[in-house]
Amino acid sequence: MDDFYRDYILDHYRNPRNFGHLEHPDVVAEDTNPLCGDRIRMELLVDANGIVADVRFFGKGCAISQASASMLTETVKGRPLADVARLTKEAVLENVGIGISPARLKCAMLGLKVLKTAAVGQLASWPDED
Amino acid sequence: MRACVADDASKLARIVDDFPILRERTVRGRRLVYLDSAATSQKPQCVIDALVTYYSTYNANIHRGVYEIAERATDAFEGARGKVARFVNANPRELVWTRNTTEAINLVAHSWGGANIKPGDVILVTQLEHHSNLVPWQELAARTGARLTYVPVDDRGLHVLDDLDDLLDGVKLVALSHVSNTLGTIAPLDIIVPRAHAAGAVVLVDGAQAAPNMPVDVKALDVDFYAFSGHKMCAPTGIGALYGKRALLEAMPPFLTGGDMIRTVTYDGATYNDLPWKFEAGTSNIAGAIGFGAAVEYLSQIGMEWVREHERSLVSYAFERLRELEPRGLVVYGPRDPDLVADVISFNYADIHPHDLASILDGEGVCIRAGHHCTMPLMEKMGWPATARASFYIYNTRQDVDALIDALGKAAAIFKIDRAGAAGALGG
Repeated sequence: MDDFYRDYILDHYRNPRNFGHLEHPDVVAEDTNPLCGDRIRMELLVDANGIVADVRFFGKGCAISQASASMLTETVKGRPLADVARLTKEAVLENVGIGISPARLKCAMLGLKVLKTAAVGQLASWPDED
Repeated sequence: MRACVADDASKLARIVDDFPILRERTVRGRRLVYLDSAATSQKPQCVIDALVTYYSTYNANIHRGVYEIAERATDAFEGARGKVARFVNANPRELVWTRNTTEAINLVAHSWGGANIKPGDVILVTQLEHHSNLVPWQELAARTGARLTYVPVDDRGLHVLDDLDDLLDGVKLVALSHVSNTLGTIAPLDIIVPRAHAAGAVVLVDGAQAAPNMPVDVKALDVDFYAFSGHKMCAPTGIGALYGKRALLEAMPPFLTGGDMIRTVTYDGATYNDLPWKFEAGTSNIAGAIGFGAAVEYLSQIGMEWVREHERSLVSYAFERLRELEPRGLVVYGPRDPDLVADVISFNYADIHPHDLASILDGEGVCIRAGHHCTMPLMEKMGWPATARASFYIYNTRQDVDALIDALGKAAAIFKIDRAGAAGALGG
């Protein structure tokens, strides 16, 4: 576990990127991890071409969940929403690096879960809006 | 005095030696430092042996078997009831086996509560309660139309009794924990119980965190119900006990119904067994009860006065060592007074989330708990997102406290807490 808390993890924990709220998000999703009480909210702005034009996350919790969510926002900004919906846990593990224990994997994956919920929900809602 | 300390050290060494997991187990090459006994205690060899002996030499169902091993199993099962009853100074007839404290409280909530709580009645609990001594009363109140009110606690987690008599006005039931599992606060039962009785209330005490850690005498406490779990006091999981005053238990309807709890059954109905079996439907956790008997026998040999003194001394030492870290942002919650605290210390360290702290400590072989400790309303009231909790038991030593402090030093290094202004406090 010692290997896990690298400088960039602590940096994202203490200085989260894209932290806060969007004024008019197109889609919002939120979830909690009952083990740690971690809470993550993701807000997305999606342009006419289906690209994630902007993203904000808001939350509270352990360094793993918050840093992982922060890094994910950097991963998805400017990417097509369809790609976000298809993100896998490998994307998160690439971000946070190795050394995470099975018990804490849920913390690392919370941001991804919320982001995918948002993306899938938004993609599903498009045909109706057209 | 010196001889006394030496005796204590050798007694402690002998106790540690009784626990195979502490004698033999290492985590990544380090000695296991177990500071989570408030969640569940480790088990001494004599308890493990009692289970193995039952299963390997006289395993049989109890009460109606006429063959030798069934009689032996019945004797052991009822003998264990006697041991556990004596341990809290109860009559064995007044001691009902349950799965755990939670089930014991639910038994009272459903059986006594269902028969006695009416619309508009008031149930008084405290703001410190574990979910297991809170949710059953919330549910009972919702079922019956009763109202739930709270004895407040101050910011150190001590009961505020200034308005106790007003709070007790018209109360039917008072339910409170003897010791808080989150802050270790010892409830002033000597004040609350007589005043609750004077107000005409019945008193249930959740003893899950007290029975393992201090002498408990249900007669002297004069409580009406006392619930406790075996697994926090050296016994196996899945066995607990409910003490209830005989008159109350006699008047209560059964909780679960079925086999073993009946006297006669016809197609038209059933009559119920005597106490305590009226409340023990189905085949009980026979091995667990026998293990519980062995556990209290073991604890009695050590002496519960010694246990209390040992933990008071450990908690006092831990407070002292933790204070060294306060300038770097360590915050201890709760009463912070070894006389007012049983076995538990809750804390946070700068802006390190307790789950991160627990993970780093795990890397050092130190087991602590992190989270809301099943007291979510208390955490919300206090404004703590979560806390780290170290808890101590008979087998813990000052070396274990030192290992905790060393591991916290490691966490501080990883999170760079030593560097100037790295972090504000997490909460509280």
